[in-house]
Amino acid sequence: MAAETRYILICSGKGGVGKTTLTANLGIALAKQGVRTAVLDADFGLRNLDLLLGLENRIVYTAQEVLAQTCRLEQALVKHKQQPNLALLPAGNPRMLEWLTPDDMKTIAAMLGDLFDVVLIDCPAGIEDGFKNAVAAAREAIVITTPEVSAVRDADRVIGLLNTEGISPIQLVLNRVRPKMMANQEMLAVSDVTDILALPLLGLVVEDEQVIVSTNRGEPLTLNGANSPAAQAYTNVARRLRGDDVPIVDPSQERQGLRAKISRLMNTKIF
Amino acid sequence: MSLTLRDAINRLLGRQPASASTAKQRLQLVLAHDRSDLNPELLQQMRREILEVVSRYVELDLDEGDVSLATEDRVTALVANLPIKRARDVVLPAPAAGA
Repeated sequence: MAAETRYILICSGKGGVGKTTLTANLGIALAKQGVRTAVLDADFGLRNLDLLLGLENRIVYTAQEVLAQTCRLEQALVKHKQQPNLALLPAGNPRMLEWLTPDDMKTIAAMLGDLFDVVLIDCPAGIEDGFKNAVAAAREAIVITTPEVSAVRDADRVIGLLNTEGISPIQLVLNRVRPKMMANQEMLAVSDVTDILALPLLGLVVEDEQVIVSTNRGEPLTLNGANSPAAQAYTNVARRLRGDDVPIVDPSQERQGLRAKISRLMNTKIF
Repeated sequence: MSLTLRDAINRLLGRQPASASTAKQRLQLVLAHDRSDLNPELLQQMRREILEVVSRYVELDLDEGDVSLATEDRVTALVANLPIKRARDVVLPAPAAGA
């Protein structure tokens, strides 16, 4: 075992903002960059990470069987065929009789530490027991949100809880950015969200239809070197996570042409 | 409170301001409440009592005054902006405080 394993929680508070999509894409991107990565689906009530990774038919065991010692950890890990550096471990299945506890999650995390450099923990929505379980296994966190009032509010709540738990660092990924709406000030600006949440920005993902296509197929965008904006954004998040200095470009400021220039002029503060 | 050229033009034309600034203001307010765990009713009561105490010493412009929660860098502060009309010559007696 080389450097210490990093345990990174991916959470949002609100559902449907892109937690699982980020986990899947980040997992693949890190694996491609040579990082031995485990993705732990802590959302066992409504698990979906298997589906986004195209591994839904290959799950036999879960962390629960590992804990009960009915199987070995290696048997429960589902290795990705094209990216063998990546493995999925579902925490449990929706039909299980006994819920996992925070201590169970810590045990599992420690076991994964022997085999992987990075463990990404896909957190369930909400701030109840499932969230507490997921946090127990984590040391650092990525909070993902969209530039919408409800998502930002829930993210703020989650950040408060992560602070109380001593999780650090906590970084922000802003998802589903619509550059045109942002330029027209009909969507919260990137700086609005980072100011309000007071977190460093780890990545910015523009709204991209290819995300839906990729989930349909069960092949994350980062898998096949797709050149779509979101694919690049996820790859950059992976690189920044590893310490590379990749500048973040605000797409609402980047547009060229007369309309964009007028729009920028309109946004200058006069008072 | 900042104003952009777009906001100014919208205002001149009697149009609603761009929704992003409305979103930001609403968020800041709701987060100040979320973070401090003060419900609006409690805040209202606190506001009344603060005004009451300050009014014993100075005459306030109650139409302009405001006591609210503001939040910056995840720190919530109680901000009171209380324009003073004039000082009171005679300080009103404090309510009996068990002395």
